[in-house]
Amino acid sequence: MAKIVVDVMLKPEILDPQGQAIGSALPRLGFSFAKSVRQGKRFEIEVEGQPTQIQLEEIGKAAETLLANPVIENFSVRVEN
Amino acid sequence: MKVGVVTFPGSLDDRDAARAVRAAGAESVALWHADADLHGVEAVILPGGFSYGDYLRCGAISRFAPVMSMIIKQAQEGMPVLGICNGFQVLCESHLLPGALTRNHGLHFLCTDQKLRIEKTDTAWTSSFVSGVEIVIPLKNGEGSFQCDDETLEILEREGRVVARYLGDDPNGSRNRIAGISNARGNVVGLMPHPEHAIDPLTGPSADGLPFFTSVLTQLVGK
Repeated sequence: MAKIVVDVMLKPEILDPQGQAIGSALPRLGFSFAKSVRQGKRFEIEVEGQPTQIQLEEIGKAAETLLANPVIENFSVRVEN
Repeated sequence: MKVGVVTFPGSLDDRDAARAVRAAGAESVALWHADADLHGVEAVILPGGFSYGDYLRCGAISRFAPVMSMIIKQAQEGMPVLGICNGFQVLCESHLLPGALTRNHGLHFLCTDQKLRIEKTDTAWTSSFVSGVEIVIPLKNGEGSFQCDDETLEILEREGRVVARYLGDDPNGSRNRIAGISNARGNVVGLMPHPEHAIDPLTGPSADGLPFFTSVLTQLVGK
């Protein structure tokens, strides 16, 4: 069973206060090398067998209309086995 | 005059919105998220709350509720639509209004009586205001920071489509302190603060919110 993975991230120019809060917590735990954190979302869509090119394109459309909001977010689609 | 108020699973302020509609002298009609038609209403309010639990993004799933396809179609044809708080988020997700609402810059859920300036009075929902008037109505949200790209912001400012702006301390990091905007035609308005909670000094900080609801009646009567 393969998975189509969609990663969604806020665009770089959009303020990410959640990422900032996490980023300021890491040094307190000793991870002082962490310069900044951005928080995103990951969607895993299971399909039977290997996903076809058409299915990947369809998921791209789904990402554009529902999974991500292109006004504030970027997304990427990939296959994971 | 029939004004519809939509209830999504997770809507909270639909009752207050309906009460505000009645206080303004109109008949409120309850619309359910699964309704396929609008029961003859002449305007629609999308109320505050946490529709569909705010899952995925605020308003992202509501935008595809059955009732929304008819609302989007009629809004594009000129029907007055007011989105308050979660309703504003639904309007942005529906692309009836530009931009998006993101997490408050301080990360806190805010609940406060907020001072605003009404800057645009030629919309279906603000014609009863005097331009530049300052009002105080409740603001209560976790994701109320209005964001858009530079080009969109420039268009909103140039076309005078900022309906309301925050005064005093910046509550949430919205671009240009934007609290509410309209579409180009002025029939669709999105507002982060809650006028429906401020229609009677007995139950709110003021009655400053009532003109939003009387405005739409004037608009409908004048048609």
